Amino acid sequence: MSATGIGASVRRKEDLRFLTGRGNYTDDINRPGQTHAYILRSPHAHAKINAIDISAAQAAPGVIAIFTGKDMAADALGGLPCGWQIHSRDGSPMKEPGHPALVVDRVRHVGDQVAVVIAESLGQAKDAAELIEVDYAPLPAIAHPGKALAGAAPQVWDEAPGNLCYDWIIGDEAEVDAVLKGAHHVTRIELTNNRLIPNAMEPRAAVGEYDRSTGDYTLYTTSQNPHVIRLLMGAFVLHIPEHRLRVVAPDVGGGFGSKIYHYAEEAIVTWASAKINRPIKWTAERSESFMTDAHGRDHVTTAQLAMDKDGKFLAFKVDTIANMGAYLSTFAPCVPTYLYATLLAGVYKTPKIFANVRAVFTHTVPVDAYRGAGRPEATYLVERIVSQAAREMGLDQAELRRRNFIKREEFPYQTPVALVYDSGDPAGCLDKALKLADYAGFEARRKEAAARGKYRGIGFSTYVEACGIAPSAVVGSLGARAGLYECGQVRVHPTGSVTVFTGTHSHGQGHETTFAQLVSDKLGIPIENVDVVHGDTAKVPFGMGTYGSRSLAVGGVAIDRAMDKVIAKAKKIAAHLLEAAEADIVFENGEFSVAGTDRKKAFGEISLAAYVPHNYPITELEPGLEETAFFDPLNFSYPGGAHLCEVEIDPDTGVTEVVKFTAVDDFGRVINPMIVEGQVHGGLAQGIGQALLEACVYDEDGQLITGSFMDYTMPRADNLPNFSLDTHNVPAPDNPLGVKGCGEVGAIGSPPAVINAIIDALSPLGITAISMPATPPKVWQAIRSARPSVAAE
Amino acid sequence: MYNFEYNRPASLDDALKALSSGEEVKLMAGGQTLIPTLKQRLAQPSKVVDLSGIAELKGITVEGNAVVIGAMTTHATVAASAEVKAKIPALANLAHGIGDPQVRNRGTLGGSISNNDPAADYPAALMALGATVHTNKRQLAAEDFFAGMFTTALEEDEILTKVSFPVPEKAAYAKFAQPASRYALVGVFVAKTSGGVRVAVTGAGEDGVFRVSDFEAALSKNFAASALDGITVPADGLNTDIHGAADYRAHLIGVMAKRAVQAAG
Ligand SMILES: Cc1cc2nc3c(=O)[nH]c(=O)nc-3n(C[C@H](O)[C@H](O)[C@H](O)COP(=O)(O)OP(=O)(O)OC[C@H]3O[C@@H](n4cnc5c(N)ncnc54)[C@H](O)[C@@H]3O)c2cc1C
Repeated sequence: MSATGIGASVRRKEDLRFLTGRGNYTDDINRPGQTHAYILRSPHAHAKINAIDISAAQAAPGVIAIFTGKDMAADALGGLPCGWQIHSRDGSPMKEPGHPALVVDRVRHVGDQVAVVIAESLGQAKDAAELIEVDYAPLPAIAHPGKALAGAAPQVWDEAPGNLCYDWIIGDEAEVDAVLKGAHHVTRIELTNNRLIPNAMEPRAAVGEYDRSTGDYTLYTTSQNPHVIRLLMGAFVLHIPEHRLRVVAPDVGGGFGSKIYHYAEEAIVTWASAKINRPIKWTAERSESFMTDAHGRDHVTTAQLAMDKDGKFLAFKVDTIANMGAYLSTFAPCVPTYLYATLLAGVYKTPKIFANVRAVFTHTVPVDAYRGAGRPEATYLVERIVSQAAREMGLDQAELRRRNFIKREEFPYQTPVALVYDSGDPAGCLDKALKLADYAGFEARRKEAAARGKYRGIGFSTYVEACGIAPSAVVGSLGARAGLYECGQVRVHPTGSVTVFTGTHSHGQGHETTFAQLVSDKLGIPIENVDVVHGDTAKVPFGMGTYGSRSLAVGGVAIDRAMDKVIAKAKKIAAHLLEAAEADIVFENGEFSVAGTDRKKAFGEISLAAYVPHNYPITELEPGLEETAFFDPLNFSYPGGAHLCEVEIDPDTGVTEVVKFTAVDDFGRVINPMIVEGQVHGGLAQGIGQALLEACVYDEDGQLITGSFMDYTMPRADNLPNFSLDTHNVPAPDNPLGVKGCGEVGAIGSPPAVINAIIDALSPLGITAISMPATPPKVWQAIRSARPSVAAE
Repeated sequence: MYNFEYNRPASLDDALKALSSGEEVKLMAGGQTLIPTLKQRLAQPSKVVDLSGIAELKGITVEGNAVVIGAMTTHATVAASAEVKAKIPALANLAHGIGDPQVRNRGTLGGSISNNDPAADYPAALMALGATVHTNKRQLAAEDFFAGMFTTALEEDEILTKVSFPVPEKAAYAKFAQPASRYALVGVFVAKTSGGVRVAVTGAGEDGVFRVSDFEAALSKNFAASALDGITVPADGLNTDIHGAADYRAHLIGVMAKRAVQAAG
């Protein structure tokens, strides 16, 4: 292994610029003649707009233009499109109401866009916005998904009666019901997956610019996937062809999914920049982020798991209501269906599974993919019910899992819910985690804690997830309206340095380092000689972006394939220069040599020959050394692992402390262990955050109660223990690099481990359930209800 | 933020002149509450008078049996002060537990108590220690200074200058932080003074800081956590929000009071 090749913990090349304030984020971009946009938003969850009077605002100092939904409608613009279509069990397509960038006559969530004020300064835009008079007729609202289907619930859309977007199923209900009926034991569970607000460190921002000399548009935006935005906004909203629209996503400070989607503000500033013939900048304030970034999760679920007398899983039945919010965000419909229900087998050989998912509209911000997207919801459900089953069956948590695990030699494994897991070793991961966590010593630790007046518990989560989001044909057959391959371009410069263009996008993941390592390793050149370019549709040929832990598993392979093409061509050049047969040329450690001789040429000599083709096989070969590859994998990527959480609970206050967290994950082949560990740390922080701290709360009227960091609890360093991490890597046979995704596993695997640990700690009191987030008052209340005398003192 | 005129006087007199200029004047200490309020356009002063240039409002001195702290003294200064640590370590601890380093380096004693956020920490210390609030024109007992949520006895033309904290025999502050804001969900300051034990609670009350006479009576007889066994605080008049209902806060008052007594030793 070289110091900068595959497997080396190379320090992140990008960090110097980030840590010294030299990053270049969207809000850092200022264009000549730039103006500022402020969006007037709805204070109501649901209201009819009788009239909007902008006359006073228009006359305010510095105002250049004010637009409302009527102006956008007059230009025959499209609404924000949804990229995935789900069909209901009766074959009908999901309800897909319009999603205008500026509303016309009705607002459907707090924060909905009502008008845009464009002024010379942001202060002037805000001053003017206060002069806009909107005549609202407030209407009743519904925020809670569990109540949205009720007959009397306020209706979000006329075209979606009962607020139902779709009623989707997977599996055979009658078969599963029959097994449930005759089973030795059935474990039942009811749970919610709490709604989360992503809170990327950098708020969303967009700068739109129209060039009247060429008729071209440029959008600078905080996106995880600029090509996707170009496609969605250009083709569906503004009707601008690709060659007239450039989308740049420069440095982006975190996304976690929330920056995948095409948002109204992007379309508004791009469209309006041509109207006023000047560039326009919009940057979200933090409170706008809370009420307009797509939220995550928000499921209400009941489920039943049937077992035989030995605890073997026989059938699993799931009923989920998933909140879509007021509009369908870009990928929202696929999250609680194909990214959720297809994982309900977990790491177990449950032969029969049925799931019914009803997606509902509510008067809340749209809900879409958030770190893990569907898989955390599935994993939380499966691992909660499996842990409860073990308690009900009187079996050790490890033992019940082992009895049902898919064994290493049983991979590839076809689950009853569509996926074929290519590889894994759940038992191997668990065994390693049990050792690392000293499971054998747990009972002694529990006793010791009890002596200090604390309840100590241990929670299990053994999971698998499907990421590396790709197979275009597969996702297409499931309703995706796009392909999910990736593009990589490798440009070798005359002196042998390399620029890599990738269609993925780095917003914290460290691609500039990991991808450079792939190149340094394969081409045998110093890592300093490799630059990775992403995030600009004018530079990168094409790309689907970064989400679903797909960048390395899909994008990395595309780069690898492009390098294969570079090497193949370089060998031809080397053969010519070395006067040998192409078949005799060996490429190793950055040198082309003739097998069995000491005749060789350095990588830089070949690249120079390619660009200065004086002595060159010019009749057979083009000059230059630059190759592009598109890669569309045949399967998803299946990381998995075992997470063990130990908590201590203070019965006096209900405070839960995570005292130990062990994660053993299977990442296939690891390119940069330090970056992978960082990804796991971040994921665990978000997963533990979901389990203990984070909750988006709307009140009954659809007002956002957790609209700032004063009330929305982000996980902080002192909420987390030092993590004990290890890997148990089984190379992915279905991935040419053998790699698996790593970006989301922390957020997927950890929440059930935390909650199961709390339930384990409190099980001596007869407590069998606690909902996320397990806040101190909730835990205290549970203890008090179970043991009135203790907590009442 | 709306436009306003910015002033930074070098003396209390100049500040008072600016205050009485008849305009909508706002005093600014470290700006930790004021600036966010302005940025959210929740206030529209025509003039902001920054007190940071007035030397006489800063600093910590020991005067007789009291620690006197200038209104413009930052939380970080109080937390690090050798005098405070020696005389009233509980107060240094309290200051160290406010917000984060940035907030502690800007936020001030005067700003905190003038604002009288019902979840702020300092009000509990003032009430439990029986502190005296000094302004440019009078002196007020803590009890008379705090007048309910975000309300104090300060008049429009009044500037808080310093607070005098009598040194107790023992004292401690136990804070249960609201997990998101990390202000006090319930904070209990217990002080054993020559005049008896005083217990003040912040974070929990609908009207801001208050004292718990039952606790004070029990602890005056026996300064031990066990003295509080079986004494409860009613939930009436306590806050309920997403971070905890009134009954939870009532319960925590007991728990935190015991922890404070234990910490006071
Ligand atoms: C992120 C964050 C976390 C925080 N966490 C905590 C916490 O854990 N515990 C806690 O107790 N507090 C906390 N605070 C509050 C903080 O400690 C400050 O005390 C408070 O914000 C007041 O700030 P300031 O001193 O800068 O006063 P300013 O914001 O400048 O002023 C506050 C108010 O007091 C008035 N004022 C200021 N000085 C005087 C004076 N001398 N005479 C008369 N009126 C005056 C001003 O006009 C204004 O109305 C937090 C604040 C932030 C921003």
